[in-house]
Amino acid sequence: MKDMNEGWVTADGRKIGGVLMELRNITLKFGGVTAIKDISFDIRDGEIRAIIGPNGAGKSSMLNVISGFYVPTEGSVWFKGYQRGPMKPYQVAQLGIARTFQNIALFDGMSVLDNIMTGRLTLMKSGLFSQAFWWGGASREEEAHREKVEKIIDFLEIQNIRKTPVGRLPYGLKKRVELARALAAEPKILLLDEPMAGMNVEEKEDMCRFILDVNDEFGTTIVLIEHDMGVVMDLSDRVVVMDYGKKIGDGPPEEVRSNQAVIDAYLGVAHD
Amino acid sequence: MPDQLLYAMEVTLNGLMAGVMYALVALGFVLIYKASGIFNYAQGVLALFAALTLVGIQQGQVPFAHVINAITGGHLESFGWQLPSILAIGLTAGVMVLLAIVIEKLVLKHLVGQAEIILFMATIGLAYFLEGFGDVMWGADIKTLDVGLPQGINETLESVTDGLFGYGFFVDNLDIVAALVAVALVTALTLFSQYSKQGRALRAVADDHQAALSVGISLRFIWVLVWSIAGIVALVAGIMWGSKSGVQFSLSLIALKALPVLMLGGFTSIPGAIVGGLIIGMGEKLFEFFLGPLIGGATENWFAYVLALVFLVFRPQGLFGERIIERV
Repeated sequence: MKDMNEGWVTADGRKIGGVLMELRNITLKFGGVTAIKDISFDIRDGEIRAIIGPNGAGKSSMLNVISGFYVPTEGSVWFKGYQRGPMKPYQVAQLGIARTFQNIALFDGMSVLDNIMTGRLTLMKSGLFSQAFWWGGASREEEAHREKVEKIIDFLEIQNIRKTPVGRLPYGLKKRVELARALAAEPKILLLDEPMAGMNVEEKEDMCRFILDVNDEFGTTIVLIEHDMGVVMDLSDRVVVMDYGKKIGDGPPEEVRSNQAVIDAYLGVAHD
Repeated sequence: MPDQLLYAMEVTLNGLMAGVMYALVALGFVLIYKASGIFNYAQGVLALFAALTLVGIQQGQVPFAHVINAITGGHLESFGWQLPSILAIGLTAGVMVLLAIVIEKLVLKHLVGQAEIILFMATIGLAYFLEGFGDVMWGADIKTLDVGLPQGINETLESVTDGLFGYGFFVDNLDIVAALVAVALVTALTLFSQYSKQGRALRAVADDHQAALSVGISLRFIWVLVWSIAGIVALVAGIMWGSKSGVQFSLSLIALKALPVLMLGGFTSIPGAIVGGLIIGMGEKLFEFFLGPLIGGATENWFAYVLALVFLVFRPQGLFGERIIERV
């Protein structure tokens, strides 16, 4: 049986641990518009957690709250058992929470390799001066990071485009480079905002495989937003369903699928 | 060789040297524009401020002496020291870094996410504030800056060319030093931005703010860093221009010489600033030499702009600038 405090082992043998992050009563308002209304849920160590819902449900806003791009109007974010104060996105990134964006935010002018190397900035230790003058550890450190990055490049099968400027890549590959950059930070939690949006079937299958492999091999906790219900049902361990900024369902995929409120939201029943 | 051709060669050489001086100023603009999309109107004033501070520190001037004396009724003028050049330059560099921190804290921080025109306006305000501040801090009199750079005509070049062509080229020692310094500066900046952690972060911020934040880069730190570097580049420009023509308030107008260089070389390219400077410097000197006498001279004031304007029509992004393609 599932033990909700200590975690459990999934059908495919992955271990889901205790609560890694908890969102408590999150409300987010922009002026008069309420994007998120009083939502609470938790994210467990090692799980793949999906957030689904119709357009405009507030899914991306939720991800932005987790990654520090938005500060919630009310409510608190708990990470590893401590309440997280108001943080800037770069501070959240330094905590080990990496993300990708819905409409891809890469450094177009830089090569694939350089893009992925930026993912390791938070892990680089040597200071401004040793960097500026290439003293002592700086070049050795660069080597070590380079090695890690090469592993990720192999892992995501993008060896042949390493030196290509990102701006020239097709959409599907850009998505993959963005994932690689997020992975390079060796994140505790990986946030993926619609990782498969706009991809063809083959690319989607590849991306699915990568997400599962990342979770399996590195034990990375993954939170993802996705429209494709089939993908969500296949990938995720637990699903949060949002509609009009409210949470209308939370649980394993099969349970959520049979939830009447969820079916209504997706099929478009009149709200009264 | 005919005298006319030799003379033209000398003019070309001097033009290239002048171009290096323009490029030094343009470089500061490029750095800040690249990293933050801000056209820093205050870059020329930064050079002036750096030069004033350098002279002040080196000669032991008491900052705000005028104000202090007015309040206390004393006659403070000088600490009575004469610092070695290298120490004074180091201290001034420190002041420029401090200035960058203050500018970020008091101005830029509050304007995050504002439209570029607003940031541009802020730098105009900053420029005139700094000019006045420099005046109050160090006094408005014209100062001579001497950090021990060689002055006068380079005699080796003169005698060598004299031996070769029977005509000695006149080139300023100072210009030659400026050229060497510019080469060193550009090399250092390029290496820093290409191969260091902070350089990579800097390029990342220049490319996409949101993505930069998501990989853990603090925009505020990068802004302080880039304004510090621009401040130090301004110091180098201030030293060169100050040694050449004295430290006076018209020094801030060298920014106007950098504009055509930027139009030509592109706002986002460090090599562009150098090449643009060389083309402008050489172009205006040659134009003055060949056509100046025909149209009454004084073409150097406007020719650079005409050249840049013509260039702009055919290649709006400049020689090395990034081409802007808007997807429809």
